[in-house]
Amino acid sequence: MRNTSVITPSTTQTATRQQKFSVYQLLLHIIFIITSILVIIPVILVLAVSFSDENSIFIEGYSFIPKKFSMDAYTYLWQDKMAILHAYGVSISVTVIGGIIGLLLTALFAYPISRRDFPLRNVFSFYVFFTILFGGGLVPWYMVFTNIIDVKDSMIALILPGLLMNGFNVLIMRTFFQNMVPPSLIESATIDGAGEFRIWWQIIMPLSLPVLATIGLFSTLGYWNDWFNSLIFVSDAKWYSLQYVMQKTLLDVQFLSQHSSSGGTSALLAAVPTETVRMAMAIIGAGPVVLAYPFFQRYLVQGLTIGAVKG
Amino acid sequence: MPNSSIWKSFRKYKVLLLMLLPGFLYLLLNNYLPMFGVVIAFKNINYAQGIWGSDWNGFKNFEFLFRTEDAYIITRNTILYNLTFIVINLVGAVTLAVLLNEIRARLAARLYQSLILLPYLFSTVIVGYLVYAFLSADFGFLNHRVLPLFGMEPLVWYSEAKVWPYILVIVNTWKSVGYLSIIYLAAIVGLEKEYYEASRIDGANKWHQFSRITIPLISPVIVIMTLLQVGRIFNSDFGLFYQVTMNSGSILRTTNVIDTYVYRALIQLGDIGMSSAAGLFQSVVGFVLVLSVNLIVRKINKDNALF
Repeated sequence: MRNTSVITPSTTQTATRQQKFSVYQLLLHIIFIITSILVIIPVILVLAVSFSDENSIFIEGYSFIPKKFSMDAYTYLWQDKMAILHAYGVSISVTVIGGIIGLLLTALFAYPISRRDFPLRNVFSFYVFFTILFGGGLVPWYMVFTNIIDVKDSMIALILPGLLMNGFNVLIMRTFFQNMVPPSLIESATIDGAGEFRIWWQIIMPLSLPVLATIGLFSTLGYWNDWFNSLIFVSDAKWYSLQYVMQKTLLDVQFLSQHSSSGGTSALLAAVPTETVRMAMAIIGAGPVVLAYPFFQRYLVQGLTIGAVKG
Repeated sequence: MPNSSIWKSFRKYKVLLLMLLPGFLYLLLNNYLPMFGVVIAFKNINYAQGIWGSDWNGFKNFEFLFRTEDAYIITRNTILYNLTFIVINLVGAVTLAVLLNEIRARLAARLYQSLILLPYLFSTVIVGYLVYAFLSADFGFLNHRVLPLFGMEPLVWYSEAKVWPYILVIVNTWKSVGYLSIIYLAAIVGLEKEYYEASRIDGANKWHQFSRITIPLISPVIVIMTLLQVGRIFNSDFGLFYQVTMNSGSILRTTNVIDTYVYRALIQLGDIGMSSAAGLFQSVVGFVLVLSVNLIVRKINKDNALF
């Protein structure tokens, strides 16, 4: 792997920086400032609306500068916090459990097929590769998880179908093991009396932290952002994930209060700030990812780079 | 005795085989069992008799599917959207990557890079919210702020079929160009600096460097990325076409793709036969496409092929 840190454009000849301030550079900055603004503007709009006063929305619609600042939407959501906190709990549990198990399964499968001395490695590599090329389609897949093993309305429904392990990740990890782990290392460990499992856990895994971080990040993000499994396998509010609650809220703001465990919401409903609550919900749902972004950004970039390398 | 040598090698590698087992079982359940399930497309499913007990139906499900107007619409939409996405993403991402590589101020470049990658993190549910903030009929930014500027009447966006091709292309570009550009940037940064220095001495300008050095040298990455997308041209990002359109029924003419059709036929209409026929159509054509595109690439340049 060439790029093990955040990719930054090449900076040559720092000595002559002064005269590098050219029209060309200025133009580049203008292009990227405009692009960045275009990218970030929808988020700013939603943020601004969530802090607006509901009445001013009725008069002038959504706008970037709140006419009247208000925390009403968040206050309302706080009163109904049980439904949201519960969904947070479901999403966090699913993300942690699914992320860890998925990462382990991927690493366990990728290791044997990376070993050049393992006679069946081509058979099992093809076994993985074929799942990328061909699938049975949604209907048979849905039936496997409802008829053969019934996962409906359980945490398993959110973890097992689709997201736990996928062929691309296995192949990326296999390639990493092949390129980064010298066979002589495994040989000498065997001579020293280490068993296969011990070699994997104590030698291969610590050496592979970059790819583990990458795949772990992808699968964590996959679980955190998933709403599809909730959509098709869950009808009991107990197992609604945060993304699914958000989806329901977008379509129907009253949904939240109906499924809140705090009683006596009818009085509240009269004064629901529907428009601003919607946008506050989006902020609450997107918040954790945006807050964590600066910390895992470098791993994400690195992951995308590894992903680009042919598997 | 061949048997004993197989047994010996089995014993030798039994731990490795054991390590493969959980993933093997998972793929069996999640990927291979559904492959056998494609027989559903040829059956007249009757819940009392079960999948295997139900009567064979031949190609009837496919006949019904292709006789509907939907079959044409979903196939056309799926292909046209994906072709547009592939072209715009490619041009946009390569352009951004090349320009980003030209920026000298490291800190600024890093900041731009972080910002354009951000949309990649959002779930399509959140993207749905962001789009709604612009398009909401009553209070949306476009109806309230932008259209009046041009003296235009407010639109009920979520029931206006003709605007959705543009909206979905914009949203898709916004969401994916940033992360694709990082991949191309990685390829560009990895190139040898000598090429550029030599060309500068020979008097090449920026455009020459771009068209004669950068593009040819990163073309393997471009081919692989495009190949992967062409192979999946029959699949769509379900979230984009379902969440972002708020599952609005009145705009299906321009927003229905095979994935959303299969979902609706299964969950909302309960039409298992038609739904699985459409799903199998998607899988088989997709499979053939991957194989043929790969074959073509192999013919042109063997190193660029996927397999």
